[in-house]
Amino acid sequence: MLSLELAAGGDATGEFLAATVRFATPLAFAAIGECVSERAGVINIGLEGAILAGALGGTVGAGIAGPAAGFAVGAAAGVLVACVFALFTVWLRADQIITGTATNLLALGMTGTLFRSLFGAAGVGLSTPTIAAVAIPGLSALPLVGQAFFAQPVVTYALYVLVPAVAWWMARTHSGLALRAVGESPEAAIAAGVRPRMVQACAVLFAGAMAGIAGATLVLAQAGTFVEGMSAGRGFIAIAIVVLGRWRPLGVAAAAVLFGAANALQTLVQSMGWTAVPYQLILAIPYVLTLLVLAGASGRVAAPAALGRREVEQ
Amino acid sequence: MSMHAKVKSAVTALLPVLVFAGGAVLVLVMLLLLTGHSPGPALAALARGAAGSGYALSSTIVRSVPLALSGLAVALAFRAGLLNIGAEGQLLVGACAATAVGVALRATPGVIAIPVMLAAGAIAGAGWAWIAAALRKRYGVLEVISTIMLNFVAINITGWLVRGPLQEPTRINPQSASLPLSQQLPIVIPTTRIHVGAVVAVALALGLWWWLRATASGFRLRAVGANPLAAASAGKIDVSRTAMVAFLISGALAGLAGSVELTGVTYALYENFSPGYGYTAIAVALLARLNPLGVLATALLFGALEAGAGAMQRDAAVPSVVVSVVEAALILMLVAADRWQSRAGQRLATSS
Repeated sequence: MLSLELAAGGDATGEFLAATVRFATPLAFAAIGECVSERAGVINIGLEGAILAGALGGTVGAGIAGPAAGFAVGAAAGVLVACVFALFTVWLRADQIITGTATNLLALGMTGTLFRSLFGAAGVGLSTPTIAAVAIPGLSALPLVGQAFFAQPVVTYALYVLVPAVAWWMARTHSGLALRAVGESPEAAIAAGVRPRMVQACAVLFAGAMAGIAGATLVLAQAGTFVEGMSAGRGFIAIAIVVLGRWRPLGVAAAAVLFGAANALQTLVQSMGWTAVPYQLILAIPYVLTLLVLAGASGRVAAPAALGRREVEQ
Repeated sequence: MSMHAKVKSAVTALLPVLVFAGGAVLVLVMLLLLTGHSPGPALAALARGAAGSGYALSSTIVRSVPLALSGLAVALAFRAGLLNIGAEGQLLVGACAATAVGVALRATPGVIAIPVMLAAGAIAGAGWAWIAAALRKRYGVLEVISTIMLNFVAINITGWLVRGPLQEPTRINPQSASLPLSQQLPIVIPTTRIHVGAVVAVALALGLWWWLRATASGFRLRAVGANPLAAASAGKIDVSRTAMVAFLISGALAGLAGSVELTGVTYALYENFSPGYGYTAIAVALLARLNPLGVLATALLFGALEAGAGAMQRDAAVPSVVVSVVEAALILMLVAADRWQSRAGQRLATSS
């Protein structure tokens, strides 16, 4: 047993891969939701706020009734924020970027205020039950990737089902086709009897729920506590992940793993004791990577044709 | 215009402002009740902290200076159709550059050092904005996302600088050495904290207002923001060049906000140098309807809100972050009002 632990502790590559998947999990949840939303033509900058709301919802829910409730409340909190966003962008057809910016500000202020009111100024003594990693027998013994992909919290495994399911739904079902039609050509969708606003509203709320789960994951599977502004730009990174994944669920999942790896570099650097590159600059890598990816992905990818469009006749 | 018509038009102009202000207060009161604070004392503390004394008023004005400068930055970019959400990062980079230059010019007289530090901030801000502008121009990267990413990079760079190259000599605290007296902006009104930056902000607002209104290049910028296709085809305007110039000036204004805050208020660089000025600036600019003179008014309003929020936190134990909710509510109300207005306009157009 002891030798096993030593082997795991000394294995920097294994640790790096495990951290990669751990960091990728919330990003993948948020990005898969954003992917669905963007395929319906709505770019949701307010994702960041939904993640934050999910993080606080997860903290509160888990504190009351355990981690499972935490994820449920987190998802609900994400949906709540998405409701505000949908109200303005889908119903009033207001500018998606400005509304998203306001939504983020709203969520930042709300979560900060509620957190301090609920848990006191410093949030001292706050300990949230976290979920432990569960090793899948057999698969977790695979060399190299076994521990990384199959000895994770259950929430990561949910993605292994969710991502293919969304991919299948988008490509093969009638409602999935309706979603894509709304994002490409709302007029054609209307002609085919689809109600674009209904579809967009559902897509935005789904994205909200996924972002909420992403936030809950940050607290319940990683940090173990809520910190103001703890989403730290993950909502925006998720938007970049969708671009890199070319608006396809499987591509999005792969892109999330890449960003997870960029985040995991900080763990690797710490465990290896490298000090040549300052820690703060390592922390900047995911953001720089996003810029490089967006620049590299341009021209070769086709965004949904009606992405960000406001006016839809109906 | 008759007296009656004048009064009427003043009322129609003021009404939305009153409705918005009322709505914002309502949102605040609801949130206070929700979180178990009694609204009366909290609002009283807010008012006291914003305008209850000479000191409070001076705090409000000092607070509104970085908001006005970065608000102008955002307003100018939005006017040109550029969604520059990166004022925060541009401001931080400006403060970093001013700090670095300040260290280099420690022995130089203030008359020279201060202008050079301010200019360094503006140039650094423009340079930081240039990254997003170039990514947009060459690769079509959405500036909304790139500027936000650059904000996080700037925050991390600041964190590194104050623990590395720019750390104070004793190497204990993660911050830069305090600026010598010669590098601190002069105070304009004795016994207050109001510094020259306030004058700079007002002058720049007037200048930008005049530029957008009365010059050909200002008109081109507005045309590009209003309808880039029409500006290019009918107006023979070089859209990408105009956008680039607007982006650089916007970055310079935000960078200047950083160097002014450094030399006028904090006198040192540290990790949380900006409490989100660059993000609040978006609310400032939108609420001012992107009008430079309006920015002065809304910056003052938000400066008052934030100064008041500080007092609210001290005296009534209400978290100051509550102000973000009020700001968000203001933006959303404005967006909703705009949409209702344009819908009513459409209905009128189709029925006539």
